[in-house]
Amino acid sequence: MSEIETEFTDTLTIPPPPEELRHPMEQFLRMERLPHIWCSTCGIGTILTAFIAGLQKSKLDPNKVAIVSGIGCSGRAAGYLHLDSFHTTHGRAIPFATGLALGNPELKVAVISGDGDLVAIGGNHLIHAARRNIDVTIICINNFNYAMTGGQAGPTTPIEANASTAPYGCYEFPFNLPYLAESSGAVYVARWTALHIRRLTNAVAEALLKPGFSFIEIICPCSTLYARRNRLGTGLDLMQFYHDNAIIQHGVDTREVDIEYQKRIIVGKFVDKDKPTFLQKRDTFLEKKLGNQFIPYRGPNHGN
Amino acid sequence: MKADPINVATGNHFMDGDHACAEGSIAAGCRFFAGYPITPSTEVAERIAMRFPKVGGMFIQMEDELASMAAVVGATWTGIKSMTVTSGPGFSLMMENIGLAVMMETPCVIVNVQRGGPSTGLPTLTGQADMMQARWGSHGDYEIIAISPNSPQECFDLTITAFNLSEQWRVPVLFMMDECVGHMTEKVVIPKAGEIKLVPRRFYRGGKKSFKPFRFNGQANMTPMVKAGDGYLFHLTGLTHDEQGYPLINAEAQQKNVQHLVDKIRKNVDKICVIEEDQVEDAEVIIISYGISSRVALKAVEAAREKGMKVGTLRLITVWPFPENKIHKLASKVKAFIVPEINLGQISLEVERCAAGKTKTILVPHAGGWVHDPRDIFQAIEEGAA
Repeated sequence: MSEIETEFTDTLTIPPPPEELRHPMEQFLRMERLPHIWCSTCGIGTILTAFIAGLQKSKLDPNKVAIVSGIGCSGRAAGYLHLDSFHTTHGRAIPFATGLALGNPELKVAVISGDGDLVAIGGNHLIHAARRNIDVTIICINNFNYAMTGGQAGPTTPIEANASTAPYGCYEFPFNLPYLAESSGAVYVARWTALHIRRLTNAVAEALLKPGFSFIEIICPCSTLYARRNRLGTGLDLMQFYHDNAIIQHGVDTREVDIEYQKRIIVGKFVDKDKPTFLQKRDTFLEKKLGNQFIPYRGPNHGN
Repeated sequence: MKADPINVATGNHFMDGDHACAEGSIAAGCRFFAGYPITPSTEVAERIAMRFPKVGGMFIQMEDELASMAAVVGATWTGIKSMTVTSGPGFSLMMENIGLAVMMETPCVIVNVQRGGPSTGLPTLTGQADMMQARWGSHGDYEIIAISPNSPQECFDLTITAFNLSEQWRVPVLFMMDECVGHMTEKVVIPKAGEIKLVPRRFYRGGKKSFKPFRFNGQANMTPMVKAGDGYLFHLTGLTHDEQGYPLINAEAQQKNVQHLVDKIRKNVDKICVIEEDQVEDAEVIIISYGISSRVALKAVEAAREKGMKVGTLRLITVWPFPENKIHKLASKVKAFIVPEINLGQISLEVERCAAGKTKTILVPHAGGWVHDPRDIFQAIEEGAA
């Protein structure tokens, strides 16, 4: 390193704030990693706040909660949370989380990642983890495009919406994520927007406490790319749009909750049902088949 | 540390290489398996599926090899020893997350029972053509450990070695079997648990705030790890990172991070490499081989020695890292190296590089599907000795 660079990187030290001004969620954040990389008026920060609030509300022991992210804007969430946190490869957050959740059944594992990561490149893992009812909570942040790489079209981009790889507008049918999650076997499915902070917080707490595969889709403003390309205004305008166009319909048939370009967004808790988790099913099944020959897997702290 | 006596299948068995590998993993203390069926490796997964519920292990058949490898990395960070098993096409799919395991310095074992390629190739027939993929398959610079057994007995013994090396150097170890060794049935002697030496995971026990998952000194093997859920609240990323595990995106950080990944193996080649030599001291020609080809070559060696030719053999038990110095020293003593391998020239290139023009390297190629005709190897010996 040259001397000039050293001078710049070493001089910026900010004294810690007085106690009363400390961040109320400091315990859950890697403060040394802030400020974060997300754009001004991006919704991911708000969603992260709701996640932490939901985690607090759930009363789960933070030492026993692990976070896994994939790649993309939302994929950076793991890097800011002061929990055991893993920033993995593109699309593979869910199988990595599966390894953690099965490796230590005492852990609660949550995946925070984007629509492109979880549903395009990682789509196969999403449906299979849901099918097996792996005990993980999926926070799927849907901003309708690949933002980290510059606003390309993805599996959730609505027909007509413009993206950098859909310069004349998108003509592919998008996924209806709650329907996909429910039909794959998820036991808890909800959708909120980055505006519905109180409801989202409750949903996070519910999902974390729900044994099995829980899935929350969160519609998230991307003002730098999606909104700019489509001339939808600022982040505030997008929040206003959610305010005016989100319709809460708990328990509605997930087949009806498709999102069309700049049309109404149906939100709410759509699915909340009970089903044995992968591990519960495995244990009871193998115990029946093998009797006392079966030794259940209990994780690295219990003799495995 | 010794193996757990209850779970080791001590005794004399008549067993194929795939099954021996599965038993080796159990004896090594592996208790997490994620895999996807693929010929000719499936028997490893099948035996583990049968055995794990009775030894307290966790078996899961994933949706593909991408998921299998990702699950293995995740599971390892809960504190468990983990493994996956595959063959050519699946090995290709695992490459990205093998890179993640390298970057996160995650011990784990990846078994590749090699078949003929490229693409779907020869699903049921043998090959040794993934050797360079083992070395270079995932993108970016790194060093890896790869082991090549040549018998069902070694499939048992060296699977344990693979786990031990992976724990010692915090690196994924590639267990490069081939279809012949995998499906060959021979006597396998499984020792008593007390006779099996295991390298346990080294866990950090210090203060929670002072824990760092990495130490970039290029030498520190076995930097202690922690378990997710034990309150260390650590962070790992596939991005270039510092010793804390935090991403740092600049050339200086890249230099430190990647140099360490390379150095920890490259600077310790002598501690890692295992080779088997026979009559190399006065040899005029040395056969350098690995896996099933090393056994086929013996027939040719026998015939050549009967004719009074001075033929030595050098078998690569660890293929990666490559024993560069050893080959380089031998090069100035012999007329030729003969490299029979079931590919059209991979390890032969490495031998040629290390020989550095001091002797000739004769490749005995085979495109795959079957082993060499020993007469082809004999012919190469004659050519080399001439």
